[in-house]
Amino acid sequence: MSGDGKTALSVDRLSIRFGGLTAVESMTFDVREGEVLSLIGPNGAGKTSAFNAITGYLPAASGEIVYRGVRLNGLKPSRIAVLGVVRTFQKTSVFAGRTVLDNILIGLHLQSRQSVLAIILGLPSVAREERRLVEQAREVLNFVGIESHKDKLASSLAYGELRMLEVAVALAARPTLLLLDEPVAGMNSTETMNFMAMLGRIRARGVTILLVEHDMKMVMRISDRVVCLNQGHIIADGPPADIQRHPDVIRAYLGERHARAQG
Amino acid sequence: MLGGIYALLGIGLTLIFGIMRVVNFTHGELYSFGAYMMFMFVMLLHLDFFLSLVLATALGVALGAVIEFVLLRRLRGADIDTTMLVMIGAWIAMQNVEQLIWSGVAKSITSPFPSAPLVLGGISVAWSRLFVFAVALLLIAGTYALVDRTRIGRAMRATFQDGDTARLMGVDIDTTYLATFALGSGLAAAAGALLGPVFVVTPGMGDLAALKAFAIVILGGLGSILGATIGGFLLAFIEELGAGYLSSGYRDAMGFALIILVLLMRPTGLISRKDRIG
Amino acid sequence: MRRLAILALLALLLSVPLWVGNFYVLHVLIVTGIFTIAAMSLNLLLGYTGQLSLGHAVFFGIGAYVSALVSLGFAVHLAPDWLVTLDPQPVWLAMLCAVAIAGLCGWAIGRVSFKVRGAYFVIVTISFAEVARLVALNWDELTQGPMALNNIPPLAVSLPGLDEFDFIGKVPNYYLVLVAAILAYVVIARLVHSRAGRAMIALKENEPLASSVGIEVTRYLVLAAVVSAAIAGAAGALYAHYIQIVDPNVFMFLYTVTMVIMVVAGGKGTLAGPIVGGLIFGLLPEVLRSFAIRPEVQWVAYGVLMILIVYLLPNGIVPAVASLWNRAGRADAPAAPTTGSSPGRIVP
Repeated sequence: MSGDGKTALSVDRLSIRFGGLTAVESMTFDVREGEVLSLIGPNGAGKTSAFNAITGYLPAASGEIVYRGVRLNGLKPSRIAVLGVVRTFQKTSVFAGRTVLDNILIGLHLQSRQSVLAIILGLPSVAREERRLVEQAREVLNFVGIESHKDKLASSLAYGELRMLEVAVALAARPTLLLLDEPVAGMNSTETMNFMAMLGRIRARGVTILLVEHDMKMVMRISDRVVCLNQGHIIADGPPADIQRHPDVIRAYLGERHARAQG
Repeated sequence: MLGGIYALLGIGLTLIFGIMRVVNFTHGELYSFGAYMMFMFVMLLHLDFFLSLVLATALGVALGAVIEFVLLRRLRGADIDTTMLVMIGAWIAMQNVEQLIWSGVAKSITSPFPSAPLVLGGISVAWSRLFVFAVALLLIAGTYALVDRTRIGRAMRATFQDGDTARLMGVDIDTTYLATFALGSGLAAAAGALLGPVFVVTPGMGDLAALKAFAIVILGGLGSILGATIGGFLLAFIEELGAGYLSSGYRDAMGFALIILVLLMRPTGLISRKDRIG
Repeated sequence: MRRLAILALLALLLSVPLWVGNFYVLHVLIVTGIFTIAAMSLNLLLGYTGQLSLGHAVFFGIGAYVSALVSLGFAVHLAPDWLVTLDPQPVWLAMLCAVAIAGLCGWAIGRVSFKVRGAYFVIVTISFAEVARLVALNWDELTQGPMALNNIPPLAVSLPGLDEFDFIGKVPNYYLVLVAAILAYVVIARLVHSRAGRAMIALKENEPLASSVGIEVTRYLVLAAVVSAAIAGAAGALYAHYIQIVDPNVFMFLYTVTMVIMVVAGGKGTLAGPIVGGLIFGLLPEVLRSFAIRPEVQWVAYGVLMILIVYLLPNGIVPAVASLWNRAGRADAPAAPTTGSSPGRIVP
């Protein structure tokens, strides 16, 4: 299941601090090409902080973040996106005042090339590119299954569709590594099922996925590997089956929650 | 002397911004309002100078409360640009109402102080300026005490830290905002009332005062009383330097040049956030 | 249908001098047109990138001064023994210089100011305007200070084979401003309907998300500032050569406020908004004046109107009318977005 096994993203002894507080302490893990890796852990374990550091939204106090041989530390988020690392946000985050199609067109930013001069002069190449972008946007919408909503305002979508749109915007940026921050939080079970099916289609395209998620059923079903964090430290790293049996994980986090999920 | 006035203006503005997240464009108008009230009481109604000062300040507090109640209350939770536009509208309206009532002619106010300066060891200081300075210091100290010691001051500090949490803990946000805006406005009116008798009163006097108050607040970091106090004195000092070394025409440009410089080097102001308020 | 409406509007605008014989009315229309161009340029920043710049008069003023100075020529000491002189240049060249230098200033000020956001940004932009005004006031040698630059020549073009044509008088200037306005409109429309415009809108709507899909924040903010400043500079240059006198008051905050009111009232983030707002607030003072209302009262009315618009029509007139139109046309259709990014969504 786990792709060709080559390391895509490596996080080495990453620490993140806010003022005097340490959010993440010496975190080390790898994501391999083509796999689905889940980061789990109780609230405040530092999962989102790690996400933010990888994608350039938070500075790392120390440690190295390397994606496909390029050091990400200190790069701006937009630069990291160019390298193929694209994320979604924990709180639903779309361009709410725009149509669904516009959202995707914005996501396709890196797929367009026309210079400002060409745009102002109205060269034919600009119109050609616009048509191509709209075509691509429709493909993306089709892929996540919300094409029928393309002319609606993003803010008028139902919650489940909104979260699909978020992923669609990220996909439009052509990630090779997609980071999803609690994508199914707040979804009902049908929506979650749909989402998992889409996740399967995304990985089938060869996109590596790093997932932060609280829904243990989902994590255990779709992950190739799971890394469990507690209080900024990694306490376990392995295939889902091992994680479920890991005594530290059960103690720190899973115990009660997993029992609930199973029951 | 100007340092004290600048500090008063800056403190009022910084309180309002820090607690309410409102960029108060009417601040300069409250300043000139204070000066015009002073003119009205002293020159037209022939009231006692010191009583007039108190009345002008009190009216500034009241006007601030009215602005908050009428204009800002319904904009709770609106983004900062929206409130800014409303305040700009209010500012333009107020300034021109002022101009209609008082006309564009500059007004002067006689002050009760002896015109002979106080001479202390070779340095001569005008009595009126000394008085302005002393009252300004007193008001600054009073504001510190108010924010630091009283119940409403505590509510202000809590709201400044985190409005939502403060609300959850039972702070009455409406009252706190009203008090903050009234206090800030009162300080601005007091500054105008104090300075009016020293210079002359003109309808446009508020503009430059407001812009300088912005400069002071930026210097000190938005939301810091201490920063505004230091910023006020610093700006007065730098203006003197600028007027002395460049040309007096550039005196008023110093503040703005300073804003640009400060934001280039330290986008959070000279005094960092953790020192702010109280 | 839409094309037809646009053509009709153009025909109307083009025919104005034919049926408006009153030179004063034409004068008002010309000045309104110039400020509408400035408002359109401000809209690019305020409406599309969401940055409230309260120093926009800087670019207008720089455009006016540069164009005036290049066409008049100047001699100025940059140091006691370093005299820089420029002989009078043709007006078209002066105007191009004005656009270029205003754009350059937009770039410089943008680079500096976009380090900060929100209230800080607003205050920094005000500061730039105030510094510019004080420099214009005090650098007598270059700007004549409060004495103002006088006798600025009007635009003159000489085409091969034709006599030189001077833009003197109302009718030629009306057409000049109209052409400039259409040009500005086309440039802005093309920009906002492109990848660059989408990037700007994305920054306004959701900056973290925009950067997560690879949009470089500063780059597009600065781009908007440059284009916006260049167009405002062009408006300033038109103003200088039409009015033929420039004084430091062009930097006044009230000019910026006028532009902001035009944009906000008309509808920020819509192409038609600043035009509608520009026409209303350009013509309103004249209407008020004809009722013998004093300028103070007029400004009070502006201030109150601005507050009312924020309360009652927070998106401005154009989106409000557009959504009314839509609701009337298709009762159950979803509300149209306030700003269109698909080509052709122009609400004239």
